[in-house]
Amino acid sequence: MSPPLEVQSAPAVERTHAIECLKQMLRIRRLEERCAELYTAAKIRGFLHLYNGEEAVAVGVVQALGPEDGIVATYREHGHALVRGIPARAIMAELYGKQEGCSRGRGGSMHLFDAKTRFCGGNAIVGGGLPVAVGLALADQMRGKTTVTGCFFGDGAVAEGEFHESLNLATLWRLPVLFVCENNLYAMGTRLDLAQSATDLAKKAAAYGMAAEAVDGMDVFAVEAAAQKALAAIRAGKGPFFLECRTYRFRAHSMYDPELYRAKAEVEEWKKRDPISNLESSLKQQGAILDSDLERLERDIAAEIDDAVAFAEAGTWEPVTDLERFVYSERRPT
Amino acid sequence: MTAAQAPSSYREAIRESIREAMRKDDRVFLMGEDVGRYGGCFAVSKGLLEEFGPERIRDTPMSESAFVGAGIGAALGGMRPIVEIMTVNFSLLALDQIMNNAATFLHMSGGQFNVPVVIRMATGGGRQVAAQHSHSLEGWFAHIPGIRVLAPATLEDARGMLGTALEDPDPVLIFEHAGLYNMKGQLPADAGPVDIERARVRRAGSDVTIITYGAMLWKSLDAAQMLAKKGIQAEVIDLRTLRPLDEATFLESVGRTHRALVVDEGWRSGGISAEICARIQEKAFYELDAPVERICGVEVPTPYPKHLEDASFPQVAAIAAAVEAMVPAHG
Ligand SMILES: Cc1ncc(C[n+]2csc(CCOP(=O)(O)OP(=O)(O)O)c2C)c(N)n1
Ligand SMILES: [Mg+2]
Repeated sequence: MSPPLEVQSAPAVERTHAIECLKQMLRIRRLEERCAELYTAAKIRGFLHLYNGEEAVAVGVVQALGPEDGIVATYREHGHALVRGIPARAIMAELYGKQEGCSRGRGGSMHLFDAKTRFCGGNAIVGGGLPVAVGLALADQMRGKTTVTGCFFGDGAVAEGEFHESLNLATLWRLPVLFVCENNLYAMGTRLDLAQSATDLAKKAAAYGMAAEAVDGMDVFAVEAAAQKALAAIRAGKGPFFLECRTYRFRAHSMYDPELYRAKAEVEEWKKRDPISNLESSLKQQGAILDSDLERLERDIAAEIDDAVAFAEAGTWEPVTDLERFVYSERRPT
Repeated sequence: MTAAQAPSSYREAIRESIREAMRKDDRVFLMGEDVGRYGGCFAVSKGLLEEFGPERIRDTPMSESAFVGAGIGAALGGMRPIVEIMTVNFSLLALDQIMNNAATFLHMSGGQFNVPVVIRMATGGGRQVAAQHSHSLEGWFAHIPGIRVLAPATLEDARGMLGTALEDPDPVLIFEHAGLYNMKGQLPADAGPVDIERARVRRAGSDVTIITYGAMLWKSLDAAQMLAKKGIQAEVIDLRTLRPLDEATFLESVGRTHRALVVDEGWRSGGISAEICARIQEKAFYELDAPVERICGVEVPTPYPKHLEDASFPQVAAIAAAVEAMVPAHG
């Protein structure tokens, strides 16, 4: 298993911001709970990878990014897309495969794209997004921009060659990439220590000569503070930064996973560190939020999701006559 | 700006096309292994570092996946990268990026993210560099929807295809035959971009259509010359673009000659030659006076000794003999 955490404690956070973080994490959690139901109802098909338990990572990092920054994510990216500002409607319609979806329904759950927010896709090849993030950052650097590319991937990606090639190249060229490793301790059913000869992933990244840090990925404020610090360093021209967020997925890897590889007790143990319920209770304890506030928050989110589902239901199927569109660009040089 | 010297070899023609593109558009840059200080493993980019500097003539580590992927990302980010992979043999380490990213992003994003990257690489055998350095895999790449696959065989195309490819909104792969870099010839100083959509008839003929591309064009033309002495007029078509395949040009030709021979350095099974044969029988079956024939690379990992290597690739005599067997005796 991974070594004990040495993370800084979360900074003091302003009340409205704390509530905003809670809200964003809850939006993801509730949206995905609905996704699971819709999967069982066969409204959503194919692969569906849920993020329950890991919400603090997407919320903490994506909130720290600027509007011009790029994002490259994995197949477990509903949360990142939602916090980034892709409307729940467009996400849900995409999961349904409807042409009103953010990728016209052509991508599905694993391939959410949105040019407006520079959301360059969920990538379903483990490690496949890292070189692309390096290239986006290279373009930004060459064009004299100060934007950063946030690149999300799991602990499993660390075993891929593309991970090592990309970290080396990004550091060699001092490219503005924030590498965010969502270390949830498992790659499908393979526990980290069964895949890695050395399990301290931040240390591995540091070996490439880049700044690297591990943070408690179950604490949204700790993640956000670490991401802000990392982004400041990157924007100051110090090259890429590796942020390992130690987290845990509460649900199965995907909807097909009977979870033979881990003990229920382990999952229950981690659930005690649920970033959402822990934040809720600490806010309540501090008197920063009342039960009635929480109820209102939940009501608003439920309404947003109901609306998204209704939108997806009412969505339309792309005509089969359009099948061969978007293989090549329709606007070509003349 | 130095006065442009008319390029006099395939290598120089490509270099000139890179130089022109870089002068014209500051979004264009070249990256790959040893493209800068070394001058390119085939000396294509020699001298460009001095003119454009290390930012735009970028040496990369030996990380094919990372720098090809970086080219894809840079294209998404508004640049117009030319990525050089030393040879097709090493492109296998970047296959994931080409196939899963470059070829899919436009589609998976519902038309939002096109990838204007150009990836160049040397291909082909015939230099006695054995099994791992002699592949002809452009036909494989031509299997992939979402990319364009070009195979310049002439100086004109070596000079002109890159510029057009860089204007294209989608990923373009250019396969330069390693055996052609030293090919000499003269081009006008004002030679420029060429179309990348159409095949070309390189030699007109009425008795048989030889369909080929890349280095095999020259062997086919030599064979056609031999055949002419025997009274057989072979039409030779240079495909130029393997994807999308310009079938109209070869179908039209077969409609006139009623016989077709496909010559491909790549392996036969499942190769681009098989695709061409299939298109002819699907669309010109009733035009045919004889079965479509193929001469392909023998299905063996390319051997090192010269006599075995020669035997593993299509040769002029074999092309001529195949045509003679197809065409009724001329009196
Ligand atoms: C290159 C590649 N190999 C295998 C797979 C199948 N696969 C999908 S997800 C996954 C595990 C990835 O684990 P990790 O990177 O830790 O991400 P997580 O799912 O835990 O978020 C595997 C093996 C794949 N998609 N891509
Ligand atoms: Mg994992």
